[in-house]
Amino acid sequence: MTMRKDLFRSGVSRRTMLGGMAAGVGLLAAPALVRAQAETIRIGFPVPLTGPFGAEAKDQVKCAELAVQQVNAKGGIAGRKVELLVRDDKLNAGEAATRTLELIEKDKVHAIVGSLSSAVQLAVNEVTRARGVIYVSISQSDTINEVKDFSRYTFHEALNPHMTTAAVAEKTFKKGSKVAYLVADYAYGHEMLRGFKRAAAAIGAETVGEILHPIGASDYSTLMPRIRSMKPDILCICNFGRDQANAIKQATEFGLKQSMRIVVPVILYNQRLALGPDAFEGVVGGANYYWGLEKTVPSAKAFNDAYKATHGGAYPSDYGAYGYTGVASLLLAMAQAGGSDTDKVVAALENLKYDVAKGPQFYRKCDHQSVQSVLVLESKKKADMANDQDLFAIIADVPGSETMLRSCGELGFPT
Amino acid sequence: MTSPSLAVPAQGGKGDLRTTLSAWRVPLSVLALCVLPWVLPSQALAVNVLIYGLFAVGYNLLFGYTGLLSFGHAAFFGGGAYLTGMVMVHLGLGWFPAMVLGVLGSGVLAAVMGSLSIRTRGIYFSMVTLALSQLVYYVALQATAWTGGENGLRGFTVSKINVLGLTIDFLDPVKKYYVLMVFTALALWFVSRLLNSPFGAVIEAIRENETRARACGYDVERTKLIAFIVSGLICGLAGAMSAMHLAIVPLDSLHYHTSGLVVMMTMLGGAGSFFGPFVGALVFLLIEDVASTWTSHWQLIAGLIFIFFVLFLPKGLWGTFLAWRTQR
Amino acid sequence: MDLELILMQLFSGVALGAILIMVALGLTIIFGMLGIVNFAHGALFMVGAYAGLYIAERTGSFWWALVLAPLLVGVFGMLIERFLIRPLYKRSIDDPLLLTFGLGYVLVEAVRIIFGTDGVPFSTPSALTGVVDLGVGYFPIYRLFVVGLVAVILIALWLGLEKTKFGLIVRAGARDPLIMRVLGVDISRLWLAVFGLGVALTALGGVLAAPMRNVNPEMGALVLAEAFVVTVIGGMGSLLGAVVAGLGIGIAVSMTALFAPEMATIVMFGLMALVLLVRPQGLFGRPVGA
Repeated sequence: MTMRKDLFRSGVSRRTMLGGMAAGVGLLAAPALVRAQAETIRIGFPVPLTGPFGAEAKDQVKCAELAVQQVNAKGGIAGRKVELLVRDDKLNAGEAATRTLELIEKDKVHAIVGSLSSAVQLAVNEVTRARGVIYVSISQSDTINEVKDFSRYTFHEALNPHMTTAAVAEKTFKKGSKVAYLVADYAYGHEMLRGFKRAAAAIGAETVGEILHPIGASDYSTLMPRIRSMKPDILCICNFGRDQANAIKQATEFGLKQSMRIVVPVILYNQRLALGPDAFEGVVGGANYYWGLEKTVPSAKAFNDAYKATHGGAYPSDYGAYGYTGVASLLLAMAQAGGSDTDKVVAALENLKYDVAKGPQFYRKCDHQSVQSVLVLESKKKADMANDQDLFAIIADVPGSETMLRSCGELGFPT
Repeated sequence: MTSPSLAVPAQGGKGDLRTTLSAWRVPLSVLALCVLPWVLPSQALAVNVLIYGLFAVGYNLLFGYTGLLSFGHAAFFGGGAYLTGMVMVHLGLGWFPAMVLGVLGSGVLAAVMGSLSIRTRGIYFSMVTLALSQLVYYVALQATAWTGGENGLRGFTVSKINVLGLTIDFLDPVKKYYVLMVFTALALWFVSRLLNSPFGAVIEAIRENETRARACGYDVERTKLIAFIVSGLICGLAGAMSAMHLAIVPLDSLHYHTSGLVVMMTMLGGAGSFFGPFVGALVFLLIEDVASTWTSHWQLIAGLIFIFFVLFLPKGLWGTFLAWRTQR
Repeated sequence: MDLELILMQLFSGVALGAILIMVALGLTIIFGMLGIVNFAHGALFMVGAYAGLYIAERTGSFWWALVLAPLLVGVFGMLIERFLIRPLYKRSIDDPLLLTFGLGYVLVEAVRIIFGTDGVPFSTPSALTGVVDLGVGYFPIYRLFVVGLVAVILIALWLGLEKTKFGLIVRAGARDPLIMRVLGVDISRLWLAVFGLGVALTALGGVLAAPMRNVNPEMGALVLAEAFVVTVIGGMGSLLGAVVAGLGIGIAVSMTALFAPEMATIVMFGLMALVLLVRPQGLFGRPVGA
């Protein structure tokens, strides 16, 4: 049986890290400090420190802190120091809305960055939109691009399902491929399915079946015989996080990989660590970031090096990178705007061209979606891994372009 | 499960703390609520104390006073919130009729769930309420067109409200607090009147000894059902206030964790007392707010405190305080 | 739809049913004998999986984990009974329920602190990996092993409770603790043993589930819901009820998977609500209270 060897050691180090982080957060929250430096630029950072994505959230905090440190080391923004106010949103939309209200009303933050999960970011978006506060969202969703939830103060740094599915399908589907879909029955699952099917139609791949499953299901065994009977070449598993891990694990258990390739819209660094190499072997998926990008992208190398220097040689994760690019792009815009004036910063973000960790990026005018590269990754076999952090092979680094997105008109914006 | 405390005017003479508190409980509560936003760390937290305090008060009617342990009250809290939001989003009505319809809708839901569940006893009652509220949760998850599904209900931010010709900026946290406080105060007054009425005595009689209450000629089933519905109405109002406060309705508001949360708050403060649930909600939210900024393991602390209370202080903070004062 | 697929679904349903029975067994035994609804059931299931992981990592063998983890967690369960639950026996039936509810939070958080918030890998033991051709389709060997083991455990439990003196005392103690005390039987030790057994079975369920599901601190939340559904439909405390309900739900879920797989969870809770309304004490439960 295979297991992560450093399990218990890493438990201790995580605890130490947490203690340090808690101390840091406590310091930031001290009201005296806030008042003493009235000109400080404050950025609220609500992320799910507790709950199933705690590991991702903690890495997001580390990366966001790195971005803030780098700016402060260079003298801050127009002479003003920047500070990050980390809050736990518990992966709960109501909790996130409350924390965001607190950050705006009590801590008087100049902008919010953060959240993980579609529901949570939509909640934060609703609060910031009503109060005219800048929000850089760093979690996947198609819904937030649509005109109904649009806020001129909100910028969407994360990829969306439409982009990742298109890139993954392009690299894995062929004309005449038979594709089956296993889809979590909620908005995000349906968004992923829609993206894949659209790409499949363009490529000429054939859909042999779609199976919906309830969100949060623990057992997929009863769906496996049906998937096998569809005889697909490719199985697209359109769910996220723990659901994805369970589904992949059980598909492997049922031996589906012998006759079909498993493809997912987003492959997560931490989920792969949690599930181990055997279950994920050969699975292909999209990602916003992988440290292996440093071989081809100079900004990725700089980001990795800075992160490694402060975190004992570890590499940043994909969702961690969102914390970095989200905060870094906001700070760049603030620097250009010469401060924290909301209208000026919004204008600066709209015109910003940035390359902080993964190659060139910019926010599209109509929906404020960050146009950026999409990575297509394949999970390595255990034997092929050079070390514990060598998880994926980069199949493709699809450069960012507006053609990857749904058009402004399609999203409901006036054209 | 706890001894009766404030509902029945105590037998003691002049200066008895219970009697004094009991007679003045509504004005005292309102006074406490008035200063709340100025003593808590944030106004958002103060509004949450209003909302969850009222939620616990509504829950306490059933759990503390009638003695029925429901594990499904998220259905009324979330139901009230969803209905309020849905009326605004889909019917385009104003905030006030939306709240009224939200509360009434919760009452109807409580009437349905109540009439199905009060036929069972003891642990089965807890299980039936849990099962039915889970059904409500899954219906809300599936009815995406109406509820927004997993993404939650959005798009009904109330930024200004008109009251008697006055325009109030509802985005201002202090003004929002005092508007919502009026609803809480009215609900508390109503609950206080109800508990002082003969109905209040009957539900406590049922809690203490159902057989005897039946033998005395009371219609136990009907009384339980009415208590269930009133409890649902109050919790629905708390939900409607939550929708107004957050301007979203998260799906989690229907989750059984929300049901568990209100049980914890009520226990912590003291079930079966008038002030207890509010004290419980206040203390719980304060611990959560403070602890969660310095450790992400605040649930460990919450769980340990809860175990401690079940073991050593089953009357809760307020109940224990009263018992201590009365003994002296 | 061909016959082979339908037969295969039927078989998958039975196998799923066996897993559901395993998941619910500890909950139903503790309720049946002690009248306690153990809300920490899911958390203890998760603790069992982590204990199995720890032992497997130390010994390098899944089999040691399968034997030692339930024993270890069972002893832990006895400590819980002795120091946390025993003081509550004289109080309302709600109190142990509320206490275990709080305990669940503590256990989940403790595991998060010790093992981290993200999950940990747990592979299928190499002797049981792979699939086997059943004639109508392929099925994982490990799941067949689980089905077999659950059958063995059920038979052992049935023999233990119905055919031994210990079982007789346990059943009598569940019926009328007072009389037992009058007859000179030490009820408190009996309940300690039964609670330990229930928790050990729960932990065994956790170890068995680990190779099929993710091992993470939140895995118990889903399990608690599944165990409740099985136990409530079967009748709280009834072993036979758990078997019938587990298999019934497994087959129902598996058959819905042919037509509307997204309805699986609703089907489970809908069945539960329906049974409760028609027969509140469940299919094989004893009526309570009245």
